[in-house]
Amino acid sequence: MPSKELQKRKKSSKWTKDDLQLTLLGFPTAIWFFVFSYLPMFGLILAFKKFRIHQGSGFFVSLYKSEWAGFDNFKFFLKSNTFTMLLRNTLLYNVVFIILGIVIPVTLAIIINELYQKRLAKVYQTLMFFPHFLSWVVISYFVFAFLSPDKGIINVIRMATGSKPIRWYSQSKYWPFILVIMQVWKTVGYSMVVYLASITGIDQSMYEAANLDGATRFQQALYITIPSIKPIIIMIFILNIGHIFYSDFGLFYQVTRGIPGSIYNAVSTFDTYIYQALRNPNVSIGQTAAASMFQSVCCCITVLVANWIVKKIDEDSAII
Amino acid sequence: MTNNNISNSNTVNSSIILQDDIKNKMKWNPNAIKSGTNVVFNIIFILVAFLCIFPFIFVFMLSISSEQSIREFGYRVIPQEFSTSAYKFLWGERDTIFNSFLVSVFVTAVGTALGVVLTTTMGYVLSRPHFKTKTFYTWLVFIPMIFNGGMVASYIINVNVLQLKDNIWVLILPLLVSSFNIIIAKTFFQTTIPESVIESARIDGASQFRTYLSIVVPISKPVFATIALFLTFGYWNDWFLSSLYITKRNLVSLQALLNNMMGAIEYIANNPTAGLSLTEYKMQMPSETVRMAIAVVIVIPIACAYPFFQKYFITGLTIGAVKG
Repeated sequence: MPSKELQKRKKSSKWTKDDLQLTLLGFPTAIWFFVFSYLPMFGLILAFKKFRIHQGSGFFVSLYKSEWAGFDNFKFFLKSNTFTMLLRNTLLYNVVFIILGIVIPVTLAIIINELYQKRLAKVYQTLMFFPHFLSWVVISYFVFAFLSPDKGIINVIRMATGSKPIRWYSQSKYWPFILVIMQVWKTVGYSMVVYLASITGIDQSMYEAANLDGATRFQQALYITIPSIKPIIIMIFILNIGHIFYSDFGLFYQVTRGIPGSIYNAVSTFDTYIYQALRNPNVSIGQTAAASMFQSVCCCITVLVANWIVKKIDEDSAII
Repeated sequence: MTNNNISNSNTVNSSIILQDDIKNKMKWNPNAIKSGTNVVFNIIFILVAFLCIFPFIFVFMLSISSEQSIREFGYRVIPQEFSTSAYKFLWGERDTIFNSFLVSVFVTAVGTALGVVLTTTMGYVLSRPHFKTKTFYTWLVFIPMIFNGGMVASYIINVNVLQLKDNIWVLILPLLVSSFNIIIAKTFFQTTIPESVIESARIDGASQFRTYLSIVVPISKPVFATIALFLTFGYWNDWFLSSLYITKRNLVSLQALLNNMMGAIEYIANNPTAGLSLTEYKMQMPSETVRMAIAVVIVIPIACAYPFFQKYFITGLTIGAVKG
């Protein structure tokens, strides 16, 4: 009876009271999406224009009056030397982040689960979660306290032991390591909790059986724990690969204190490049929009591919 | 009679087993790591946990060092000489600091309140099984997860079309809703609210608004708390929107203030007091410690609050893990 009624409700073209009320309830949010998500997508037309502000007319009129540029803006960006550098940096940093972002938290999650004193384990967890709640601006000051060329604690120690101080903020060879360390530092507690949640869900009888068969705790971790959490590891791995063209703007821009010129090539990513171009009046807005759109399209493709793979492995974890 | 006996022996048995269990737990779990390994693991975690909070302790110590000892010896964990001059200076500049604090609090409070309403209403709507606009709304929320206009297009729209530059709402509106939060809310409603409860409210003649307000809201506190916390920390920690859109001094939030001071410490000190010239004033300023003191002022509320809210973060994270 109810299913028939439902079918009738679904098929009839008349709006019921429920339809109307639910639509209204979601309406404010829908408006928000139109203005802050979809209107900007429309703004991407800029990337195909030679945009000039026409005096006395609004933005859309100016946009309409501006000449079409075809793919010139994209060609300019893709052919520049900067592009190869940005691509290399963004992808390489992300690959390292993804690998370390799995290996370290999984290891820590496995061993924190072994501790006798569960209450102590909770305390460690809470303390390790702390960096997750800080902004990169604040963290950049933390880093500065260590790396300041004349007063930073590392150089103070170096000078006390007779070594020469290092000018951290102008030497690019150190930055890949510093950025990787900071990224791991900020995310390790959070990721550990994700893996720990799935480790505590593993059926304990498997461990008991393994113990009776004489397996050591290490062997149990290797042959029970890791295979049991493999699905979630794979899922997080693939989803992160989907975001390989994104970068955490705050990490690259704030921790380096606004990207000094001397380390520009070592720490620039798509996001920092776009931000700097946007604030530079000498770069045309069309070219900046093209760079931004290139990144969005790449992200879209990688996310879709990643999702397609996830769907092959586990239907429920896919976002589509 | 026999029945009674059996049940009696059963309880006796089970109580013995229980006792054994407790003894076992207290004495020795045969399938645990060796106690030596336990010590080593504890040491590892003490180190890791220490590394995670040490930078904050260090910056706090710097903020209570005297400017003189920093000039002479550089940054040290235990300062040569303690001083509260940085905090006194901030107190002297309390107009600026307090204004920034108010901006941060206003943005966080209004943003969180509005964001929670917009997120959970849409989450509730999408969790309903059948209604006319379901497909449309689902795609509306879903598409931004895979494609977005990017930084430049949003900037152009916010500045040129919506005219939001140097407007307090530019710090609030762009972060109000995220598809991810909506999906967390939707998944929560789908899995925890029994369909029969909502159906019976409908039969009793309650409108969808009424159902949302008097049935969904009261029994869904965990998900409201989770989303509110995501938003609170997002707003409190945001400096990016300020750096793009805010130039007016009276709209600078705490994070933005700290960000602006990175290049020019004198950003905070535009209003010399007590008849000093600007240069004299800058000379007197404990510039090294003031930066650290502002960082401490930002972090203290977070450091005090997060241990209590951590569990809601974990809730959100596990709901999020269930579905995308």
